[in-house]
Amino acid sequence: MRDVAVVSFAQTPFVRHTNSNDAELVMEVVTAALDRAHLPRHDIGFCVSGSSDFLTGVPFSFVAALDAVGAWPPIRESHVEMDGAWALYEAWVRLQHGDIDTALIYSFGRSSLGDLQDILVQQLDPYYLAPLQPDPIGLAGIQANALLDSGRFRERDFAEVVARSRSHSQSNPNAQLRKPVQASALLDAPYLAPPLRKHDCSPISDGAAAIVLATGDRARQLSKRPAWITGIDHRIETHSLGARDLTRSPSTERAGKEAGATKSALDVAELHAPYSPQELILKEALGLDDKVSINPSGGALGANALMVAGLVRIGEAAQRILDGSANRTLGHATSGPCLQQNLVCVMESRS
Amino acid sequence: MSAEETLTAPYLLEYTYRRSCGPVIGRFLAALKEGRIEGIRTSSGRVVVPPTEYDPDTSEPLTEFVPVSTSGTIVSWSWVLTPRPRHPLSRPFAWALIRLDGADTAMLHAVDAGELSRMKTGARVKARFAAERIGHIRDLECFELEVA
Amino acid sequence: MSEIIKGMIAPVKLAYTMNAGRASSRFLRGLYAHKILGQRCTVCHKVNVPPRGVCPTCGVPTEDDVQLSETGTVTTFCVINIQFDAKARELPYACASIILDGADSTLFHLVQEAAVDQIRMGMRVRAVWGPTPLYSLESISHFRPTGEPDAPFESYKEHL
Repeated sequence: MRDVAVVSFAQTPFVRHTNSNDAELVMEVVTAALDRAHLPRHDIGFCVSGSSDFLTGVPFSFVAALDAVGAWPPIRESHVEMDGAWALYEAWVRLQHGDIDTALIYSFGRSSLGDLQDILVQQLDPYYLAPLQPDPIGLAGIQANALLDSGRFRERDFAEVVARSRSHSQSNPNAQLRKPVQASALLDAPYLAPPLRKHDCSPISDGAAAIVLATGDRARQLSKRPAWITGIDHRIETHSLGARDLTRSPSTERAGKEAGATKSALDVAELHAPYSPQELILKEALGLDDKVSINPSGGALGANALMVAGLVRIGEAAQRILDGSANRTLGHATSGPCLQQNLVCVMESRS
Repeated sequence: MSAEETLTAPYLLEYTYRRSCGPVIGRFLAALKEGRIEGIRTSSGRVVVPPTEYDPDTSEPLTEFVPVSTSGTIVSWSWVLTPRPRHPLSRPFAWALIRLDGADTAMLHAVDAGELSRMKTGARVKARFAAERIGHIRDLECFELEVA
Repeated sequence: MSEIIKGMIAPVKLAYTMNAGRASSRFLRGLYAHKILGQRCTVCHKVNVPPRGVCPTCGVPTEDDVQLSETGTVTTFCVINIQFDAKARELPYACASIILDGADSTLFHLVQEAAVDQIRMGMRVRAVWGPTPLYSLESISHFRPTGEPDAPFESYKEHL
């Protein structure tokens, strides 16, 4: 296995409505990520994007964003209709082939263009679920209620997740929701979709992110302190919601084990939890103790650009190593209703 | 309109799809049309409702259909305060995972409980079938709380 | 045993608010004002139209709007013999990839006021603005032949 490291990460500020088109968003992050890695554009070995045409409503709309990468002369390029975290996984696999030593991953999404409550119905079982049009918040509410019924957590625990997220996002200039809140005040807020309150749900965000990966010696040339990927794995559960235990995340547990998440102590874990109860489920599934700093960026409750937020979790976790504030970190990404599939990426510094 | 404002326009994306059902989903929907619900048995004896073509745990192909009750128990739920236009009900209702008697998995549907305070995990519910049925999941209009 | 339901109608209906973004909005406003705007790349100096805010060759932001000539050359074209567009058009009709004078990428549009069997590569054409200004390429009704001698193949062969 070739050693692969994150050598740079860039993200846009996340906002409710951007006036940039997809290419303009990608332009910002690709330029920044390449600058930070001191990597000229023509040196990139492989380029892969993660996005969803369902956000723009136009088939193949992701192709327009490729302009921001400069695809002439022809480049090695790929795309996944997934969160950029899965694009990063593809890049990691591609780098194992041995013929190239750098990869650029980018993801973008403008959730402001459509209605996510309708769009996300399209990912559900087309025969049994989609015709009922179950909105994603309603489904997350079912998972939240199941968690309360299990007796393992209370509504106060949900509120504390939110309060912690907001206190962290105060120091994240890219986060969308940054106002600090007290857990007890949150419990007084009205329900949005009982048992979930509005603040238990992530905001709707537009934005983009990019990461540069490099192998071995190349990584050491491009970064003083590369974030070496020591484990990366993703697992998926059945799409039959009623055949799953929604209070646990066996796919995250398995991915975490395969990626060696808790082989030794973690400083930071960025967990992609668009709903506050999900952070509790993920923390348990990964076996994280209270010594691990969870979502120092504020997490998805601070900003959640669909298709980007998972890549941002990996980027934020990597950045802590790049900037010297942590030695061992974990980035997690999720996709599908109620944490159906999960990717775990574990990174370390090396002296 | 300022020079920096971008132009926007409404856009409606519409596709008319007709999806083939196959023998497992097709049989489940045919039973719904007749006011019945069927599940499918796995090699470990678990009855999966709604039926899947393959075992969710082992991925073996499944063929043994099993009738299940049209009554069941609420496994978990959430409440819809403001129904959306395409929801099964236009008054506040619950989304629920319902384990029908005879089934080992739960199915998702709407419960017309009337009021949030009436919803409880473990409550008993009964299917309300639509008057006109065509062989579609919405032949099940929703579920109702069984009055004790 | 009951029948099997063979098929299920599964319509998809999703409502969006398209946002053209900054570069396209300037282009569309230009069309409304009967101007065709491209953008010049500061690295390769090529002029891209329609402009998207980035140079697709160099991958750098493009800010400089350039007003293009309304006259150009047909690089390649096609003749359509069936109704497939939502808009019913008189058949047959022709569309072409037109390289406007001063541009380095082509615009796709209708070529009319000529018999379809007269339309050819190298034909010189000019934009005809429609009666109603629009924020779209349809602000141009079509392109028509100018009557000038055909452009030599050398002048447009890089744009095929």
